Amino acid sequence: MSMHRIMIYSRFERLWHWLQAVAIITLLFTGLRIHGVHQLIGFEAAVNIHTVVALGLLALWAFATFWLFTTGNWRHYMPTRQGLWRIVRFYSYGIFQGEKHPYRKAFWRKHNPLQAAAYLGLKIIIFPMVWISGLLYLYLVAGGSWPGLVNFPDSIALVHTLAAFALILFLLVHLYMLTIGEGFLKHVRPMLNGFDMVDLSRVEEAYLEEDEPGHIKDGSNP
Amino acid sequence: MEKTARSISTTADHHHFKALQKDFKNGPAVTRACLSCHNKAGEQIQKNIHWTWTYHNKKTGQLLGKEHLINNFCSNARGNEGMCAQCHISYGASNFHLPKKQSQIDCLVCHDSTGSYYRLPPTRGSPACSVLFAGQKPINWRKVAQNVGLPTRSDCGSCHFYGGGGDNVKHGDLSSVMANPPKDVDVHMSPKGQNFACTACHVTKNHRWSGSRYQLLARDKKGVGKPGFRRNATSCESCHGLSPHPKDSVRHLALNSHVKRVACQTCHIPAFARGGVATRTFWDWRTAGRTKNGKGFMIKDYVQGNGEKRETYWSIKGNFRYGENVLPYYAWFNGETSYTTVHTHFNPDKPVEINHLEGSPNDPDSRIWPFKRMVTWLQYDKGYNNLVYTHLWGNDDESFWGNFKLKKAIARGMKDAHLPFSGKVGFIKTYSYWPTTHMVAPREKAVACMECHTAGGRMNGISGVYIVGHSRIPWLDRIAWMLIAGTTLAILLHILMRIITGVRRRKS
Repeated sequence: MSMHRIMIYSRFERLWHWLQAVAIITLLFTGLRIHGVHQLIGFEAAVNIHTVVALGLLALWAFATFWLFTTGNWRHYMPTRQGLWRIVRFYSYGIFQGEKHPYRKAFWRKHNPLQAAAYLGLKIIIFPMVWISGLLYLYLVAGGSWPGLVNFPDSIALVHTLAAFALILFLLVHLYMLTIGEGFLKHVRPMLNGFDMVDLSRVEEAYLEEDEPGHIKDGSNP
Repeated sequence: MEKTARSISTTADHHHFKALQKDFKNGPAVTRACLSCHNKAGEQIQKNIHWTWTYHNKKTGQLLGKEHLINNFCSNARGNEGMCAQCHISYGASNFHLPKKQSQIDCLVCHDSTGSYYRLPPTRGSPACSVLFAGQKPINWRKVAQNVGLPTRSDCGSCHFYGGGGDNVKHGDLSSVMANPPKDVDVHMSPKGQNFACTACHVTKNHRWSGSRYQLLARDKKGVGKPGFRRNATSCESCHGLSPHPKDSVRHLALNSHVKRVACQTCHIPAFARGGVATRTFWDWRTAGRTKNGKGFMIKDYVQGNGEKRETYWSIKGNFRYGENVLPYYAWFNGETSYTTVHTHFNPDKPVEINHLEGSPNDPDSRIWPFKRMVTWLQYDKGYNNLVYTHLWGNDDESFWGNFKLKKAIARGMKDAHLPFSGKVGFIKTYSYWPTTHMVAPREKAVACMECHTAGGRMNGISGVYIVGHSRIPWLDRIAWMLIAGTTLAILLHILMRIITGVRRRKS
């Protein structure tokens, strides 16, 4: 095994990440306006932007989900307990002792176990709460109904707002994590140019050098 | 006079009818001439609420209408018909007597198109009051008879604009401004807008028109109906349909989704008493009856938008307050009302609702409706806890208007109505609710989203439904902000620990 600078975030993945980031921040900003937390823009503008951006994000998620399953990238998000404790120990103790981050990215495991669990939770719990409640709401706005329904159900508002607040918590921690370890820029750069240091087996290294020479920057045959 | 833009297309010119080529002596003579051709009109009118002043609510079983109800303006028409029947479409009414004969129908009050026709109280009251109505120009009966036409806004308005004893006193959304409203005040009725007469919406069939306030169509589910079939309904939906906004934007779709739960009027009538004429919002009978040198007096201390002064105290009625551009009171309403009548015994510890609005957020037929809420301190029987008929009008020594003795007037009013009176007079705070449904503003003046979708705002007092931006799930918000604050704090602590331990490491 040896460390190499290789492509870990393909162009689509980076585009997905940043579009999603912009969309979520826009949705939180307009959502909080609609909720009445601030009044920096008009209510109507907030509703319009929220609706259009949400529909756009849904389309993006449709592509992303397709991509995750067809490329096999879903494997990065599978939960594992292996090494989880070491990560938790690092953030709560080791970091104060000047220890190095214990995780080495692997070719088919680019997130540490804690990170993978967080992203998976986001994908299968928080996001569905948002889009299912949001789509139900839009269905009603578009004139839909179901037997026995009188008012817009409070539960739609409950679930949607709950998920929004959960997303704020995620964002806070997600952004803070960027400052841990080798610094903010070091963490952001891979999401910009796609390259990061990964622990490769010989076979993986050989595969990249042979089949994806552009994806490895410090192979033995540059 | 009203600006009629309606080009009247008719197959008959009333000037040429033989029956009308006469010098009529009085109103009934004109009526006989009308009925000589319009031979079904008499019996049609006899079934009309403008004639019966009676409305039987089959759902509640209550007997309603002006002939029975107590209101919180001049209190009661019953027993005061000698005055109040100035707005009954008849000739020859007197206290406790409304005419019954077809020849006593007043056709002209609705069908005059000259603007020169007027009515006076049918009987002379106390000499102190009758002077109010003196000095009118005599009516040219031949001219008004030959110029009859379809009812104009001014015809209906001659009574409906002045309900409660003055311009816009009662309704709030019906004032003399509505005879020729600017488009800003009413898009439909403005000569610069659709120039609608009242009957454009209050459609008639056999001299009976739709749009009753006693049982109102609060949620129209039929909309425009089938092509060619005119619906006998006075609802916005009967013209504008059930999804009135074009389906071309998020905004319009969202607005259409409001239709099920919010009356059109709630957004499209941002305020009532617009256009310069105030409406009375508060009335205090407790101060009525004060005199100066034994005589009644009036104080005019309110200047309304058009510059006219309005009375703020009048010995025969008490104190008043006014409002202009008034934000409506909003409530769930399914069109049904239950009334507090003279027969209702109430708990005097709380305000009395003259007409209680039925409806609830869980009832699919209810919608959020706008109302004028009239607040009045009204006399009542303190012994039996019920509202009372007060004898206001009469040329005698018991009528309140002239003698200013309230207890005596109530005793007479109740006695004449064959109702018990304990002899104890009290005053109670009363509310009455008047659906706000005229004075539809141009679309750009409609209520903006954020006037309701905000903490507080217009929807204050509306419960039972989650209104985005207005309603909160309190525990959710509280826990969420606590978690966000907690997380932020944890991050700050983590940073602090990193700095402290880092410095310590570098030193060692």
